[in-house]
Amino acid sequence: MALLKGGEDKDAILAKTSSVVALDRVSFDVDEGEILVVMGLSGSGKSTMLRCINRLVEPTEGSIVVDGTEVTSLSARDLLEFRRSKFGMVFQNFGLFPNRTILDNVAYGLEIQKVGRRERIDKAMRSIEVVGLKGWETKFPNQLSGGMQQRAGLARALAVDADILLMDEAFSALDPLIRREMQEELRQLQQKLHKTIVFVSHDLDEAITLGGRIVLMKDGQIVQSGLPEEILLQPATEYVRRFVEHIDISSVVTVGRLVDRDVPTVVVSQTIAEAREAIARTPSGVAFVLDEADRVIGSIDQATLQQPSRHSPSIAQLMRTGIVCLQAATTLKAALSVLVSEPESVAVVDSDDRLIGSLTTRDALAALAGQPRRNTGETPNEGAAEWSGQSRNSRSTSYAIKPSPGLPLTVPT
Amino acid sequence: MPPWLTIIVFALLAWWLGGRRVAITTAIGFAFLWNLRLWQPTLETIVLVTLSTTAALLIGIPIGIACGLSRRTWRTVGPCLDMMQTMPSFVYLIPAIPFFGLGAVSACFATIIFSMPPVIRLTALGIMQVPQELIEASDAFGSTPAQKLLKVQLPLALPTIMAGINQTIMLALSMVVIAAMIGAGGLGREVWRSIQRLEAGVGFETGIAIVIVAVILDRITQKMAQRMRPSGATAH
Repeated sequence: MALLKGGEDKDAILAKTSSVVALDRVSFDVDEGEILVVMGLSGSGKSTMLRCINRLVEPTEGSIVVDGTEVTSLSARDLLEFRRSKFGMVFQNFGLFPNRTILDNVAYGLEIQKVGRRERIDKAMRSIEVVGLKGWETKFPNQLSGGMQQRAGLARALAVDADILLMDEAFSALDPLIRREMQEELRQLQQKLHKTIVFVSHDLDEAITLGGRIVLMKDGQIVQSGLPEEILLQPATEYVRRFVEHIDISSVVTVGRLVDRDVPTVVVSQTIAEAREAIARTPSGVAFVLDEADRVIGSIDQATLQQPSRHSPSIAQLMRTGIVCLQAATTLKAALSVLVSEPESVAVVDSDDRLIGSLTTRDALAALAGQPRRNTGETPNEGAAEWSGQSRNSRSTSYAIKPSPGLPLTVPT
Repeated sequence: MPPWLTIIVFALLAWWLGGRRVAITTAIGFAFLWNLRLWQPTLETIVLVTLSTTAALLIGIPIGIACGLSRRTWRTVGPCLDMMQTMPSFVYLIPAIPFFGLGAVSACFATIIFSMPPVIRLTALGIMQVPQELIEASDAFGSTPAQKLLKVQLPLALPTIMAGINQTIMLALSMVVIAAMIGAGGLGREVWRSIQRLEAGVGFETGIAIVIVAVILDRITQKMAQRMRPSGATAH
């Protein structure tokens, strides 16, 4: 420990003391009801980290707090009680007891808690139904396929009704198709159950599908943590960049993340003169027209305003209506078709149709090329905070592109 | 109790423990021994084997469990087992005599010591071989050490433990025969007598009798072991 504090790195310590530093100054928070994905290649310490949370692996130093309880200082007896009430765990190779039927496997946690036989079976059957294994409860684990075994593993973790699910590479041993299916189901389950899930994975696609925050680990240290798109767009190190290289950015990054917030606007109630003045300051010569509630209702350009007019019209009469708006939560992939058809910048709005900023085809291309505008770091992104709450557990692609209010418009999605 | 009744009781017992085929083997085997006029010594041998095996298991299985759970215990017990197994079996007969005199008690004592190592070894092995992930799974749900042992480790180790029990019975049988040298009864005495009188025929008959007893005991315990295999025959 002294060596570690003295700033020696992992390899040096291994050479000197022949002990491996599994985790080094790792620190993160998990919020109630979120899926946190701990990512990293094998040997990066992610599984060790997970096991530290319920002390299957004793951390040599540091602190783990769950619901205000300091786990590291619990006595052996309290620790057992704590594990029973707080944690459900799912293992990479399922960890089912081969000598027990599926029902008895699922009921194991309850059996340990000395729950009566009838209640135990009731609860176990309910969680077997939740994972869709009804009818298989009298079979033994080796009579089930991998996917079904892991469903049983999940059912066992759910049966004890713990608040926290620890999932250690839970789907890694499954074949890709089943894995997708299970990820999807876990997401849907999560929407119903709102457990706090710490999910360890080495598969970035999986992390993105599950849709929560990601903690990326390397050599026992956290390299970066944040939402999937933050990690994709702003890799903290070269290692992270290589790690995320193969991911299709456009299907992860949402429009709101790329938006240019510094966008000229004109409020519809302003006079033409005020509008001219405002537009003259902008390089593009185009401004969005907003109503009083910051909703986008149209756009207006300098040329239109400069036209001499006899009967002083209002902005509402001059502006071009029918412009396309993009929801901030739309993925870049879905937005591309809209961007292509729009010569100018496209307005990006939040879920209440209020303007957040604008996006041009050029911005989108820059993002795809891996060189996004670095505005998110500088501005405290109110927009992001608003919709990240939604996208956390529900996939952002489920948000359709909406036309601005009052304008009948269909957009191919 | 007349021999035929005893044979039927044994056959039924074998049926219950090992199934129909084992029961038939048992019945035919014992009937043959009865026919050889070796029924009385056979019975004595079986009693000796049963007694000493029971004692050996009662002592051996707990030691085996302790070894399986603690590396340190295993490291101290292991060499003792090596010694017990490599020591010529006759040697155990010598110290038994001053304590218990000549006869069945000394024979039992020597047999217990000689037959104990396999069950200790295989019990420990069975417990150590329980996959780490299952131990973790059991821990993760908050099992106490006792619950972990009774609900996970022992059931999963059971097939291996049964193999150990089988070995122990076989060793006990061989030792009971040797123990005839210090006055234990049974088939061993017949062999011993035939050696002293150079009666090859009797010796051979008795030898076959011992083989038959061994086969019957082995089949019964093996069947029992098979049945206890996790998700075994019953699952299909």
